[in-house]
Amino acid sequence: MEDANQLRALRDGDETAFAALVDRYHGPLLRLAMAYVPSHAVAEEVVQETWLGVLEGLSRFEGRSSLKTWIYRILINRAKTRGIRESRSVPFSPLGASAEDTDEPAVDPARFRSTGYWVDHWAEPPGVWDDDTPEKLLLSKEGLAQIEKAIAALPPAQRQVITLRDVEGLSSAEVCNILAISETNQRVQLHRARSRVRRALARYLEGGGSQT
Amino acid sequence: MTRDDLKNQIIDYLAGKLTCKEVTEAITDYLEGRLSFGKWVRFQMHLGLCFGCRRYLRQMKLTIRTLGALPAEPIPPAVRNELIQRFRTWKTREYSH
Repeated sequence: MEDANQLRALRDGDETAFAALVDRYHGPLLRLAMAYVPSHAVAEEVVQETWLGVLEGLSRFEGRSSLKTWIYRILINRAKTRGIRESRSVPFSPLGASAEDTDEPAVDPARFRSTGYWVDHWAEPPGVWDDDTPEKLLLSKEGLAQIEKAIAALPPAQRQVITLRDVEGLSSAEVCNILAISETNQRVQLHRARSRVRRALARYLEGGGSQT
Repeated sequence: MTRDDLKNQIIDYLAGKLTCKEVTEAITDYLEGRLSFGKWVRFQMHLGLCFGCRRYLRQMKLTIRTLGALPAEPIPPAVRNELIQRFRTWKTREYSH
């Protein structure tokens, strides 16, 4: 297993292995930390604390979870502590009655017909997006800023899930494990997060004020 | 029943008796492979007849692809060097006892 080799190299004091780990996970860790703490500067500190935590725990790490899961979990613990200290309390209760748990429709209800036999079917259907939409968005400074803004505007739980699932490409099982949430909760948060980001992108791409 | 009523009912049946609104709410379950077989069939029937929902599904897939291609912020060289220093210190401490 790759994990086992990597772990052995790290424990043997292989500097290249550590550098590779840092290069691979620093950016993703920073992105996830941003879902917990209020500023980029604090997020950077949390990530550095995480790496020190990794070094502290390396000799005791038993490999019961993957190396990746273990590192993300260290980050989340540090980030939660910092998030509370920075007094921006992030709602962690998975079923709490926080604002983000209210049922929010995926699409603006005004886009659907409100009367007649075809009520709740499209009144104003979505626009056509080209196949190279991702490339076009990511290559323009403004497009990139729009996506980052849409992610940053999400409630914390949604932001945590979409960051790990869609940005970092982790599996549903890995994300449930890292965030300690149920598969159903994970799917609900993912649905709301994706719907909101799509809506933000549609507003940007299709222009105009009436877009969902 | 008028001719139009009958026509509507047939189309509705062929579109899986799902509203477009329901499709937009079931889309993540669909993409996650979590729809029941019955609902999956109805979802597919709806997509077959509804260009609006096909466009919506496409937008959703493109949104996911965009998110997956977001660049990661590179680590500042000074931070990287500092961490490698820490690793060296850790190594000497780890092997001194």
